Amino acid sequence: MTERDDQIQETSITDVFASFEGDVPASGRRSSPARLVRRYLPAVFAFLAVLLVWEGLTRLFGVESFVLSKPSEILNSFSETSGLIWGAGMRTLFEAAGGFVIGTSLAVATSLAAAHWVGFRQGVLPLAIVLNATPIAALAPIFNNWFGLTNPFSKMAVVAVVVYFPVMINTTRGLLEVDPAELELMRSLAASPSEVTRRIRIPRALPYFFSSLKVASVLSLIAAIIAEYFGGPQDVLGQYIVNRAQLFQFPDAWAAILVASILGVVFYLLILAAERWLMPWHVSFRTSE
Amino acid sequence: MSAPVVEARGLGKVFGTGEAETEALRGIDLEIAEGDFVSLIGPSGCGKSTLLRLIGDLVSPTTGTLVVNGKEPRQSRLDRDYGIVFQSATLLDWRSVQKNVELPLEIMDFPDAERPTRAREMLDLVQLAGFADHHPWQLSGGMQQRVAIARALAFRPALLLMDEPFGALDEMTREAMQQEVLRVWGETGTSVVFVTHSIPEAVFLSTRVVVMSPRPGRISDEIMVDLPPKRDLDTREDPRYFELVIEVREALRRGESGSSGS
Repeated sequence: MTERDDQIQETSITDVFASFEGDVPASGRRSSPARLVRRYLPAVFAFLAVLLVWEGLTRLFGVESFVLSKPSEILNSFSETSGLIWGAGMRTLFEAAGGFVIGTSLAVATSLAAAHWVGFRQGVLPLAIVLNATPIAALAPIFNNWFGLTNPFSKMAVVAVVVYFPVMINTTRGLLEVDPAELELMRSLAASPSEVTRRIRIPRALPYFFSSLKVASVLSLIAAIIAEYFGGPQDVLGQYIVNRAQLFQFPDAWAAILVASILGVVFYLLILAAERWLMPWHVSFRTSE
Repeated sequence: MSAPVVEARGLGKVFGTGEAETEALRGIDLEIAEGDFVSLIGPSGCGKSTLLRLIGDLVSPTTGTLVVNGKEPRQSRLDRDYGIVFQSATLLDWRSVQKNVELPLEIMDFPDAERPTRAREMLDLVQLAGFADHHPWQLSGGMQQRVAIARALAFRPALLLMDEPFGALDEMTREAMQQEVLRVWGETGTSVVFVTHSIPEAVFLSTRVVVMSPRPGRISDEIMVDLPPKRDLDTREDPRYFELVIEVREALRRGESGSSGS
C-alpha cells in the first residue's frame, strides 16, 4: 500500500485550504503527465537496473542457463514463443479469475451472514480459521479427483478456497468494525439492522474488502499455477513451466513465469481501478495536487 | 401549558454488575417543557451524557420512570421524536453534505421528490446552502457540526438532543455556533436538551441550566436563566449574564463538595 502513503504525503496544507474554498471538485484532481513520470521514474530505473545487473553478473561469471537464465535469453524466448505462452496464460487466467469470482462471492455471502447473525459468527468463524490453517494447495489432487483432471473447475475450486479466507476474514472485520457513534446515530433514527448494513457497514467494509481483493488477485494466479502442477491439460502455464523445465529449456520456463507475473500485475491493477471507481471518497484517494 | 416533552421521576442508572458496578445516576427528577432550552452541566462522571442517552433510549434506565413526548422512551425513539447531535459530527464520508442530511429521510421513507427539497431547506437553515455537493472532509469542524444539526432537524423532530456538540471546536467557532443554534432554535421552536461542561455556554444558550454532580450522578441545582430571549454579543457583556455565570459556578462547586467522594 505504498502508493497510498505517497498520496497522503503529497496532500499539502494549501490543498486543504483550497478545498475549504470549494474550488476542488469532489472527485479530486487528476495527476498531470509530468507528475506521473516523476513519480514512476524511480521504479522504472530500479527495474532496469536489476535487469542489467542480472544480465551482467550471469555473463561475467558464466552462469549456466539451467541455473539462472539471462534476461536476454528470457526475452528472446518470450518473443519467439509468445503465441504459445500467452495462450497458456489466458487459460490459466480463466481458471484464476473463475476461482476468484467464486471464492469472493462465497466469502462476501459468509461475511454478510456473520455480520448479521451473532450465532453464525461465533459458530462458523472459528471453524473457518481452523480450516484456513490447512495448506490448501494440498487439496488440489483431491479436487482433481472430485471434478475431473481436465475440468478447469478442479483448478478453480483450489483458487476459490485460497481466495475465500483472506476476503472473508477481512470483509467480516470491516463489516463489524464500525464507529460506535455511527451505530448510535442509526439507533436514534430507529434504523433496521438491514438499513445499518446497507448504509453504514457495507461502505465501511469496502476498504477492507478491496485490500483483501488485492491480496486475493495475486494469490489466485499462484493457486491456479500450483493446482496445474498436480496434473491436467498441458496447454496451461503450470504444465508448460513443468514441461519446459524437464526438457532443460529454462529460458522458456522463465518466459512463462514472466507471462504469469504480467497477468498478476494486470489483475492487481484492475482491482485498484475498481477500488478507485467505487470509493472515490476514501481518504487515500483525496486530492493530491 | 402543554404536557412536558421530558418527564423523569426517580430515574436511576447502574452500569455493570458486582465488582464493576457503577451508579451513573440516582434519583433524577426532571421536567422539560415544550420549547425549553435546557442545559445539563457538570464535571465528568456526573452522568449528564447518560441522562441524555436515557432520554434518547440509547441506554435503558435501571430504576424510575421516564416519559418522552408523552410515551415510553423506546416508543418515542421508534416514532423518531428526537434528533441527536454528538460531539463528533459523525458524517458519512461517502455521502455529499446534502446526502448526509437526507440520511434520516431515506431511513424514514420520505418520498424521493421531497428529500432534496427538505435537505436544501435545512442547509439554508444552518447557512450551508452553497456546500450541498461538498463532501464532509472538505468542511471545517464547525461546518461539519452544522451539517450534523441540519441532519438532526431534517425530519422536524419535537426534541433536539445535543451531547457536547461544540466540545471539539475552538472558542471563536464555538461562539459563532452558539449563536447559530439559538437562531435555529428560535426558527424551529424545537425543545433542546444540551449537554455541556462550559458554564458560559450553558448560560448563554439556555432557558434553564440543570447543574449535576458526580458519584453518584444527580441533579444538585436548577437555575432559571432570566436573560432576554434575544441573545447576541451584548448578552455576553450583560451584568446579569455574569451574575448567572457566577451562580452556576457556585452551584457546581457546592455540588462537588456535597458529593460523598470515594
